[in-house]
Amino acid sequence: MWEYTDKVKDHFLNPRNVGEVDNPDGMAEVGSIACGDALKFSFSLDENKRIKDAKFKTFGCASAIATSSALTEMVKGMTLDEALKVSNRDIAAFLGGLPEEKMHCSVMGKEALEAAVANYRGAPAKEPGAQIICECFGVTDRDIERAIRENNLTTVEEVTNYTKAGGGCGNCHEAIGQIIARVRSETQPAARPKLSNIQKMKMIEETIEREIRPSLKHDGGDIELIDVIGNRVLVATRGACAACKASDITLKHFVELKLRDLVSPDLVIEEVTP
Amino acid sequence: MKTVYLDNNATTQVAPEVLEAMLPYFRDLYGNPSSMHFFGGQVARKIRAAREQMAALIGALPEEIIFTSCGTESDNAALRSALATNPDRRHIVTSRVEHPAVKSLGVDLARHGYRVTELPVDKEGLLDLDQYEKSLTPDTAVVSLMWANNETGVLFPVEKAAEIARDKGILFHTDAVQAVGKIPIAMKTNAIDMLSLSGHKLHAPKGIGVLYVRKGTKYNPFLIGGHQEKQRRGGTENTPSIIGLGKACELAAKNMEAENTKVKMLRDKLEAELLSRIPNSRVNGNVLHRLPNTTNISFEFVEGEGILLLMDEHGICASSGSACTSGSLQPSHVLRAMGVPFTMAHGSIRFSLSVYSTEAEIDFVIDKLPPIIERLRSMSPYWHPGEPACAPE
Repeated sequence: MWEYTDKVKDHFLNPRNVGEVDNPDGMAEVGSIACGDALKFSFSLDENKRIKDAKFKTFGCASAIATSSALTEMVKGMTLDEALKVSNRDIAAFLGGLPEEKMHCSVMGKEALEAAVANYRGAPAKEPGAQIICECFGVTDRDIERAIRENNLTTVEEVTNYTKAGGGCGNCHEAIGQIIARVRSETQPAARPKLSNIQKMKMIEETIEREIRPSLKHDGGDIELIDVIGNRVLVATRGACAACKASDITLKHFVELKLRDLVSPDLVIEEVTP
Repeated sequence: MKTVYLDNNATTQVAPEVLEAMLPYFRDLYGNPSSMHFFGGQVARKIRAAREQMAALIGALPEEIIFTSCGTESDNAALRSALATNPDRRHIVTSRVEHPAVKSLGVDLARHGYRVTELPVDKEGLLDLDQYEKSLTPDTAVVSLMWANNETGVLFPVEKAAEIARDKGILFHTDAVQAVGKIPIAMKTNAIDMLSLSGHKLHAPKGIGVLYVRKGTKYNPFLIGGHQEKQRRGGTENTPSIIGLGKACELAAKNMEAENTKVKMLRDKLEAELLSRIPNSRVNGNVLHRLPNTTNISFEFVEGEGILLLMDEHGICASSGSACTSGSLQPSHVLRAMGVPFTMAHGSIRFSLSVYSTEAEIDFVIDKLPPIIERLRSMSPYWHPGEPACAPE
């Protein structure tokens, strides 16, 4: 059973603003029945261009209904620019928090709001050039990048909780890992203190334990740290990784990027056969 | 608020008689059945009686019963033993709709170099025996097919399938966790080599299971330790639970007829009334070949978690195969294997009754559920009243 706050339960049992606004100024539909949740959001503006009325119709679980209801309450009285500043975290906070696995509901609310504003402004709903990463749930690289930035995500599992990407067949886990590494390297360019050799080794070991092995184990693989010589990190692959043709790519694109990002940008991964 | 418990495929209440039978073995009669003294020996005698009661329920010999900790342990023990005793064979045949106890084990074995065939089912959840027969090869070590599906109640023709396997010299295991106590089982007259069952699905407590292993079948223990269970399962016996399970088996044998008359009638009433009162609803799974206590109904254009939580407000307990309740982001693997359309799969609810279910409880659900579905549909962007029901692909 999910641990919902009283506020989530209240907004599920007594949802506010169910329906569709008559003659809406903006409206949008996000999600799909195949994905398991979908939200139709509509609003109208008053003479001062503030949101006068907002309504929703939602297909989905209790938290999807509660976040939709919360969203309509939150944005009433706001200008569109103010409304666009409402983040998925704000929606979750309004409800006293959501279970991690349900954070994607708050992201759906945020997306519906943005799409409805874009609809009002006559702009295309999806950013041009966005590329679908997760085929199962139709999630783009832009969606994933934004969720990583706004919620400070570091693992594939967290990205799945927030965007659903990777929650189906799992084929896109590696691509998601690459996006995480890319976004994290952009957001953490800050100068790092110079590490002593022993500090570096320790950090490499910790990073592999905490950040890398859980993801690999998820796919039946594993990795073992053999030695660190200068900036060369020597590892051996285990489990499914050992037999996997793509393990070179995993090592270079996932493990190396992660270590460069979290420990030192000069590190180079080398695979050894013990 | 009164609890209306219609989730008996998840777990059942411990029968009062079972609890009564167990209590002395927690309190006063705590001896170890392996001990030499009378104090322990009297417990051993009681375990022998429980083994006989267990064997009687499924028409087996007492020495064919191995007590384990749960259905999952029994499944693991059965498949691993089959592979260990057939070291030169690397192929396993199972189905797409197995319980995770078998399904996840298959995935794990596949990672370790075994070839696993997951047989598909048709849109009613039934197995094609011809296709099954064709999947068996000289390399096949073991077949594992569930007797009754936990989500839909649909029965597989395991007796027939076991004969086909025997003719080809292949071991046959069935996960009968949902079937035992609900339908008659006679191991004496069938060709099944190993069968798993679980106490807490038939009014015994959680933490006790059984693996039946046919006399003469090679067996390699899963838990290696002491001489317990004739060296087939190490570990001191869970004496109160074994004795409780014995009592539960005795009761199940007595209740078998009620299960297939009274319980079935209540299930049929619940199903027929809900289908007639709620438009765009339908039953998942073949309605003829299934357990007498289970119905799995889909309500189109709504999501299962919402239904469960609104029923919970009335004290009604059931389950759903929707994504939000399956612990993943996709609806139940059973409904997907059957090709149930997404509009239906997300809104599926399983009701599972027991001999303790009453007509008043069924009437209560028949009364409370239609407005719940209507309420959720009024919030759904997909619901347009009067739309024809979505036909399965």
